[in-house]
Amino acid sequence: MAKKLINGNYAAAYGAKLARAEVIAAYPITPQTAIVEQVADFVASGEMKARYVCVESEHSAMAACIAAASAGARTFTATSSQGLLLMHELLHWATGARTPVVMVNVNRAVAPPWSVWADQTDSIAQRDTGWMQFYSESTQEELDTVIMSYKISESPDIMLPSFTTEDAFFLSHTYEPVEIPAQELVDGFLPPFRPEIRLDVDKPRGFGSLSMPHQWYMELRYLIAEAMDRSRKRILEVEKEWKELTGRSYGGLLDEYRTEDADVVLVNAGTAASTIREVIDKLRKEGKKVGLARIRSFRPFPTEEIRALGKHVHTIGVMDRSYTFGDGGAFFTEVKGALYSMKDRPAVKGYVVGVGGRDITMKTVEKLYDNLFKIKSGGLDSEKEWIDLKRPEVA
Amino acid sequence: MSKPIKSYKDLPLAPITYEDTREAFKTGSWRTFKPLVDNSKCKKCWICWKFCPDMSIRILDDGSGIEFDYDHCKGCGICATECPAKCITMVTED
Repeated sequence: MAKKLINGNYAAAYGAKLARAEVIAAYPITPQTAIVEQVADFVASGEMKARYVCVESEHSAMAACIAAASAGARTFTATSSQGLLLMHELLHWATGARTPVVMVNVNRAVAPPWSVWADQTDSIAQRDTGWMQFYSESTQEELDTVIMSYKISESPDIMLPSFTTEDAFFLSHTYEPVEIPAQELVDGFLPPFRPEIRLDVDKPRGFGSLSMPHQWYMELRYLIAEAMDRSRKRILEVEKEWKELTGRSYGGLLDEYRTEDADVVLVNAGTAASTIREVIDKLRKEGKKVGLARIRSFRPFPTEEIRALGKHVHTIGVMDRSYTFGDGGAFFTEVKGALYSMKDRPAVKGYVVGVGGRDITMKTVEKLYDNLFKIKSGGLDSEKEWIDLKRPEVA
Repeated sequence: MSKPIKSYKDLPLAPITYEDTREAFKTGSWRTFKPLVDNSKCKKCWICWKFCPDMSIRILDDGSGIEFDYDHCKGCGICATECPAKCITMVTED
């Protein structure tokens, strides 16, 4: 296996190439463009045997991927921010049509004001589309997760679309040494896509037909719900298999670091986890028992894993690099929701951090752990807090 | 239908029909206006056949004109509008 110095975007492109994606439909947008440029290079040079469709918008990119997947092709696209939002209608369609499209979204802030920097509002806003959502921390994880996504999405008892995410620039443009798996290894891991139902001129059927309220709409939605619930187990199985082949795995749905004896734990998704690990190692040397639980899969949500954590950790801080106006951060409210049915619920505080790409530094993280220790001894000071916000009293 | 659907367990994975939709659904009952053709005036340009959005116009085997598939024609009237020979007329359905 060869190691290359590449960034998250190239890692995603290598993932699509190694997975042998057959149809790529894409529209460029910063900071994602390098992904589809690199895939275009692979196709142009003949390294990748695929049909590359240049479309006029992200909406069309997703429509083309759904159509190609309906015909039985393995598809790939990538987008970010406004582009993902423009796809929104068709994201629902991909799920309803049970087309296992695989995509990479680079998490970028939503305008206005214009910002191309890291913020997870774009993907959080796709929560109810029925797509599986995986958040990567490293370049290697991004490559591996793209390949694993195909296997999970295309499982005959799942057949749901999925996207992996990269925090803008922190992951999309940061170079790290990445092990590029051999093609034969990936071929052995990921069989060709052969869906049971596909567009076939010799066997015409109506696709996406109408369903009256007394007919099957509700039941078809229930089938999606069941498949998404099954995907929890499938994600773990696929990751186990990947580990056996490559030695690499990433903690399943909830990636925990030094939580086993922790007094306080931060929950986070995305690249800030690397900074948090550094802080944990530092604070542990000072005798402070701190830990991290990284949400790797937001959909399906790691409900059981969060409950297991809540059994032995009684003070939890949840970091959101996004905000749901009128409520709170999505990770915060969902973590609380998962814990609610427990008899002895932990104290949970929501931290809004890094919005619009504001740096989440070690100092920021230390401040959060300090706050969590105060909560542990003195109870919750507030339900949620915007961190590193320029407030009048400190300006 | 290949098997009766009684619960979600009997459904196909995706919202598809088990057979050719045209066989399952006779949409001609939606019609308010019905097209009639006078084949003696037909110029055999087949513009009506090209424009029909429901593939409900059939060219007669001997090429002498057209006939309508009234099981599926919804009576949109595109054929009557497009016909350069004005040999198709729309009449109110009885």
